[in-house]
Amino acid sequence: MSNATAKAKKGGFLAGTANYLDERVGVAGILKEFGRKVFPDHWSFMLGEVALYSFLVLLLSGTFLTFWFQPAMTPVIYDGVYGPLKGASMSVAYASTLDISFEVRGGLLFRQIHHWSALLFVASAGLHMLRVFFTGAFRKPREINWVVGFGLFVLGMAGGFTGYSLPDDLLSGNGLRIIDGMIKGVPWIGSYISSLLFGGEFPGESIVARLYSLHIMIVPALILVFVAIHLFTVVIHKHTHYSGPGRRDDNVVGYPLMPVYVAKAGGFFFIVFGVIALVAANVTINPVWNYGGYDPSPVSAGTQPDWYIGWLDGALRLAPTHLEFVIGHNTLSMNILLPLVVGILFSVLVAAYPFFEAWVTGDKREHHVLDRPRNAPTRTAIGVAGMTFYAVLWAGAATDLLATNFKLSLNQVLSTMQIMLIVLPILGYIITKRTCLSLQRKDREIVLHGRETGRIIRMPHGEYIEVHEPLEEFEAWKLIDFKDYAPTLARPNAKGKITIRARIRSGFSKFYFEDRVAPVNALELKAAHDHKEIH
Amino acid sequence: MSNSKDVVKPFDSEHDYEGGLAVIDKDAIKNPGMEPHRERMTDKSEKHEKAAARQVTALFVFSMIASAFSIYAYFAFPLSNITMGQVRLSTLLIGAGISFGMLAIGIGAVHWAKTLMVDNEVSEARHQTRGSEEVRARAVEIINLANQESGFSRRKLIRRTLYGAIALFPLPGIVLFADLGPLGSNVEEKLRHTAWAKGTRLAKDPYGTPIKASDVTIGSVFHVIPETLRERNDDGTLNSEYLNEKAKAAVLLVRVEPSVLNPSPGREKWAYDGIVAYSKICTHVGCPVALYEQHTHHLLCPCHQSTFDLANECAVIFGPASRPLPQLPIAVDSEGYLVAQSDFNEPVGPSFWER
Repeated sequence: MSNATAKAKKGGFLAGTANYLDERVGVAGILKEFGRKVFPDHWSFMLGEVALYSFLVLLLSGTFLTFWFQPAMTPVIYDGVYGPLKGASMSVAYASTLDISFEVRGGLLFRQIHHWSALLFVASAGLHMLRVFFTGAFRKPREINWVVGFGLFVLGMAGGFTGYSLPDDLLSGNGLRIIDGMIKGVPWIGSYISSLLFGGEFPGESIVARLYSLHIMIVPALILVFVAIHLFTVVIHKHTHYSGPGRRDDNVVGYPLMPVYVAKAGGFFFIVFGVIALVAANVTINPVWNYGGYDPSPVSAGTQPDWYIGWLDGALRLAPTHLEFVIGHNTLSMNILLPLVVGILFSVLVAAYPFFEAWVTGDKREHHVLDRPRNAPTRTAIGVAGMTFYAVLWAGAATDLLATNFKLSLNQVLSTMQIMLIVLPILGYIITKRTCLSLQRKDREIVLHGRETGRIIRMPHGEYIEVHEPLEEFEAWKLIDFKDYAPTLARPNAKGKITIRARIRSGFSKFYFEDRVAPVNALELKAAHDHKEIH
Repeated sequence: MSNSKDVVKPFDSEHDYEGGLAVIDKDAIKNPGMEPHRERMTDKSEKHEKAAARQVTALFVFSMIASAFSIYAYFAFPLSNITMGQVRLSTLLIGAGISFGMLAIGIGAVHWAKTLMVDNEVSEARHQTRGSEEVRARAVEIINLANQESGFSRRKLIRRTLYGAIALFPLPGIVLFADLGPLGSNVEEKLRHTAWAKGTRLAKDPYGTPIKASDVTIGSVFHVIPETLRERNDDGTLNSEYLNEKAKAAVLLVRVEPSVLNPSPGREKWAYDGIVAYSKICTHVGCPVALYEQHTHHLLCPCHQSTFDLANECAVIFGPASRPLPQLPIAVDSEGYLVAQSDFNEPVGPSFWER
């Protein structure tokens, strides 16, 4: 560092460049503002980073693929190097996918890097969302950024699906066929939307090129814009931190951007890319040459969509039989609409949660210290219920595989899933809430009476006691520092009337905070210590 | 930036006015402040520091070697006379080089940060997201000035016509998309008709060889397309309508003991001596219903497990589908080949509103 300054003083190359840039774009000001910006450190903050970096890997690997891929559905006779398909008629898109795999060195590698990073992108974004949810990071002032992040997750799914359909192989074609079937099930406009999307009848010759525009232009551009908003908002708010000694809502504790975070986060990009490349080099994904080009007649049993589409496919499967109604001359396909509505409703609830919780607590303060999940038992329980609901739908997409692999009746697996979809979230809610409350009580015990040491001693008067080791002040703080809320009664407003809104809010406040464990306060701590001394 | 904002208010009893249902405890334990910094081994011992520095350097050198190896592998394993093994090897070696080249940079940089860079945690004040009162006052003033100077509120007619213009200008852009695909009544018409017609022979998918009734033994299954549906046109070019037609016309042909079938009145003659033909396109969302279970006479769709009972005109007995698979009425022509009596009597495939 001092070396660099010394050089700079001498008017060397570094100083010259820095001066040139500062006089033209004002880099000194930018560095002064951001160079020592503080970032808190925690492993769970990496999840969002993984998502960001796998998106960069997607951009890089996808751009590479565009140089060879041809998004056309014109039928051709395959004349490439892959023997088993020689002479087969297929679309240009599928043929060029085979060429990328077999005739471009590193082509297969980059196809697999692209596919693996797509899976990782949605997975890490999902885990990041869960981290944000369970730690309450979505609270004021970050509610809008939660919605932006939710949008990114949906866009990730859209990007994944549009890309999955491009190779025009048997699997992706069947995926599109399912989409077409769902669109046709939409009342009134379904068949027209399908006609517009496919340029006439299914499969037509347009869909791949159209999905290609979406996949390489519109979806990534939207993701980029959303990522920019997402990160810019992080700069405005500064990152949240976990509670700990010295961490407060009015400060941010961590390491400076330069040099520690540049090294850690920059290095982490290479680690993410490196891991994806390592997996892609070793593990085959989507071997399209095994499936053949799209043909509406054959289908291979036991095929699965990419994991993030699984929950929607599961929703389709779990719909009960005979949900289709004929009204006059028209057909209402509730067997398709119901899963669609469930999927949309679930998504809306996820996106709207921060606003709902803010309304219930009425808390208008800014929150920058994260909650430990146990310290918000009801929220954590709701989160687990939601996760369970999603997980059952997701597992529902594998009813056939579960049945064949475990030698079960397909019909029973499906009926069990239908029941589990309702029962498991409720069970998950109850178990989680009770677990959280117990953990909170345990934390109180530890703060008040110290940690169990397992050392039993005998007192002079014959009593046996276990020695408890008191906590250090710094250690104890983590267990004490959380916000406590109490339920409210429905109070009359200025006109002396108790509104329905107030009643509902009071009901929810009870639902959230009726069972609560308060943090240890100074009086209790003192009492506990005094008690011990008397002992 | 930092001067224009208020510091975030700490949560104590003096600032409890906006905490909602939060419980403000006057006896809450106070934050003990930052923990003293703990030294790492590399801070304490020069030996460890030097070792860490060597490790970081070694990782960066390894990265260079790996990247160079990746380029070597690219040229050393050309994809001539390819076999799957060659493709896999090339993928593995190029990939391993790229991967280790990057992993080593990443691990090296993180190791450097964790062992050698100064690791004092820093505390920085946070400012409220909202602007301070002066800033907000100035913002309101700016809006008011803009309003006065433009007359936005005052000039109602201008304002309202502007709203109208802005609401309408994107419409042409939306209408332009109408040509994405055909609209109007022929959309539904096309969904109602398939390539089957009176006298069309049933042919094997995909080669198009017609099927004789005598070739269909009991228990056997044939994947069938209309004989008229050809992958190539007469001039040898590829038929671009092939997949569209096949997506509607695909049929599954099964022969069972005639006594197994329970045709409803009017459909007794749709089968020929226990041979029945049903649309292969699932009435749920259109996957091919390609699995047939001989003993139970059930057809199963592998996508969402809708199950159809062949003995009862392919009624749905399980799964999300609602409608039976449409039946193709068949007969035998003078040469003994199976032919269609007509097109399907209802639209095939997924339900749609107008069907």
